[in-house]
Amino acid sequence: MNMRGAEILLHCLKEEGVDTVFGYPGGQILPVYDALYSSDIRHILARHEQGAVHAAEGYARASGKVGVCISTSGPGATNLVTGIANAYMDSIPLVCLTGQVGTSMIGRDAFQEADICGITLPITKHNYLVEKLEDVPRVVKEAFYIARTNRPGPVVVDLPRDIMEKVIDYEPGDIEINLRGYRVMKGYNAGQVISAVEMIKGAERPVIYCGGGVINANAAAELTELAEKRKIPVTNTLMGIGSFPADNYLYLGMLGMHGTRYANYAIGESDLLIAVGVRFDDRVTGHLDHFAPHAKVIHIDIDAAEIGKNVVVDIPIVGDVKEVLAAINQRLDAVEGYSEWHKTIDRWKEEFPMRYGPSAEGRIMPQHVVEMIYELTGGEAIITTEVGQNQMWAAQYYRGKHPRSFISSGGLGTMGYGFPAAIGAKIACPDKVVIDIAGDGSIQMNIQELGTAAQYRLPVIICILNNQFLGMVRQWQGLFYGGRYSFTDIEHQPDFVKLAEAYGGVGIRVKDAGEVEAALKQAMEVKDRPVIIDFWVEREANVYPMVPPGAALSNMLGGD
Amino acid sequence: MKKHTLSVTVENKPGVLARVTTVIRRRGYNIESLTVGQTENPSISRITLVVTGDDPIIEQVTKQLYKLVDVIKIVDITEERSVERELVLVKVKADTSVRGEIVQIVDIFRGRIVDIGRSSLIVEATGDSSKIDAIEEALSPFGIIELVRTGKVAMVRGGK
Ligand SMILES: Cc1cc2nc3c(=O)[nH]c(=O)nc-3n(C[C@H](O)[C@H](O)[C@H](O)COP(=O)(O)OP(=O)(O)OC[C@H]3O[C@@H](n4cnc5c(N)ncnc54)[C@H](O)[C@@H]3O)c2cc1C
Ligand SMILES: Cc1ncc(C[n+]2csc(CCOP(=O)(O)OP(=O)(O)O)c2C)c(N)n1
Repeated sequence: MNMRGAEILLHCLKEEGVDTVFGYPGGQILPVYDALYSSDIRHILARHEQGAVHAAEGYARASGKVGVCISTSGPGATNLVTGIANAYMDSIPLVCLTGQVGTSMIGRDAFQEADICGITLPITKHNYLVEKLEDVPRVVKEAFYIARTNRPGPVVVDLPRDIMEKVIDYEPGDIEINLRGYRVMKGYNAGQVISAVEMIKGAERPVIYCGGGVINANAAAELTELAEKRKIPVTNTLMGIGSFPADNYLYLGMLGMHGTRYANYAIGESDLLIAVGVRFDDRVTGHLDHFAPHAKVIHIDIDAAEIGKNVVVDIPIVGDVKEVLAAINQRLDAVEGYSEWHKTIDRWKEEFPMRYGPSAEGRIMPQHVVEMIYELTGGEAIITTEVGQNQMWAAQYYRGKHPRSFISSGGLGTMGYGFPAAIGAKIACPDKVVIDIAGDGSIQMNIQELGTAAQYRLPVIICILNNQFLGMVRQWQGLFYGGRYSFTDIEHQPDFVKLAEAYGGVGIRVKDAGEVEAALKQAMEVKDRPVIIDFWVEREANVYPMVPPGAALSNMLGGD
Repeated sequence: MKKHTLSVTVENKPGVLARVTTVIRRRGYNIESLTVGQTENPSISRITLVVTGDDPIIEQVTKQLYKLVDVIKIVDITEERSVERELVLVKVKADTSVRGEIVQIVDIFRGRIVDIGRSSLIVEATGDSSKIDAIEEALSPFGIIELVRTGKVAMVRGGK
């Protein structure tokens, strides 16, 4: 059948199960947009390519599918770069389709030419510059395969315009993937699993430290089984929130720089650390010499390069978390009992609970807003966050229960991530309440996406914890730079209520702690448009506990 | 810290070398030399890397490079019995009074004189890195005008 390149491309996307894409058109991608015009693939028009790529990430994280975004060449493609880097750091499966100038123009600094493959070399799992139309089916197939298997990540497919315009006789058929240099990880070293089982049986003070890998592997059930069988306390990273139910008595909360005291103490005292789908990030470990000093370490990760990268591991197990945990569980009997270790932890929990002071002048405490969100949603919402204090308070006080329901920019820490990610999550899960917990700084970085949310009638709720500061940076200036608040005061800001209304959304302002609940309830009643709630919170509240950068985990400020 | 020779088999595709060097640069590894060329199979190229580092570093280089989709195989041949060769071209100052002496040196190293100018010669030699170092040293008293070394290529001996 005679088909145009762009039509072949869309056909291949559908073969991969794609029904929704996020994008923004332009000259070099015109043929693809022309094909989209008569396609049943749903296209969500963002207001900025960065909005499109973060929405695709939010969609991927909420749904477990590969997120897809489309942009034109040059500035369209470079606007994707932050999102691609974000997806790379957080191991999110993404396929980014970028327009490119015609093949005969490449390399001549043609109008809107940018070498996106060169630019994204260090921030993609792989990328392709399509050289001929005949390659499109194979490239698309490989791109999705690479994006979603093993450790997921972003793949860029750069599409020269003439190739998308060209017509060939196309016969859809089975395409065999033949990547000599890329094998999907299957199985595990059974001997290592047996050693791990023995080590778990012998441990007196074990802790599970789990993260994004558990969520990617859909292994929350296996993880919970391990913890409950052996009564092992569980702490998770920011990326692992939701991999273990926060209301389980074995839960320790998040660890690391802004983790709970009891999680960090437990790491410090443990004799066995079971690290599951985590990458020993410096925000988690603090000073490496003092991280889990008494513990033997079992590390399960699908990426061999993560094992031994930052810490010395006693039992490395390269494999998929779900498979490996199932194998471990099978060899372990359930134990009963409440040991000295649990007693110690409960004592810490009692002595150092997560708590925050009252506000100075009756202003709203930001933590209180997060607690109310948790209460009113029963922990059943999808929460996205911006970056900074808002993000940490969300992590500390929203006690998420389910995987894929806490979506935050962990590795790159991208301000402006949360709102577009919420749009993507809402499109993936229309029946869920979706709330972006935001700061007044971050929200202004992709505020234009209000247009997208309004156009598609998406009732995404943005809760701005408005402290009129770039709060997290101000906190550091307060603690480590003698209170010199250099360029972090952003008192000059728009009227967020009017702004929401200007875009066709709903705006609510809350200045009184007594009105927090009513405002949230009102927002959750809205079913057909975005809502901004502008909470005027205590301006100089800090996130505690806090491990100062480079200090040992046990060396926390605040929260005592 | 020790020198390691890694033999990296890659897809012979545009951009592969850039991918490999990007990983090495980004992760801050130290490369002594890098050569690349086709193999008996036209769809496969061989990159020979000489990297300095202790064992954990070499392990990380290897693991990070393996993550590249276009990298097919990596072998650390440092401890293997292998043949290693480098090629050097040296343009050395040579008026008629010293030419005889230079020719002798070149003979000792089994090199060749490949070009004769009015006041200089170009010498070619191959060998393992220490031999190339030695010829460089032997010629330097005459005055080296220009020198280029290819970097190392290597092959494991015997059945492997
Ligand atoms: C302002 C700010 C403050 C922060 N503070 C903290 C903090 O206090 N505490 C904290 O924890 N984080 C914090 N972070 C986040 C931190 O920077 C890291 O993003 C996070 O700790 C990494 O989480 P992770 O280890 O779960 O790894 P991820 O980045 O989620 O990586 C997942 C790991 O699992 C592996 N994996 C993936 N799929 C599988 C599979 N199927 N099977 C096996 N393995 C798999 C991957 O190879 C990878 O190693 C903060 C971030 C910001 C922006
Ligand atoms: C794109 C980007 N620029 C700068 C930073 C550095 N940064 C980290 S947190 C922060 C302050 C965020 O302020 P706001 O969104 O108001 O949140 P708050 O900390 O007040 O909750 C800044 C500037 C960043 N993470 N991302």
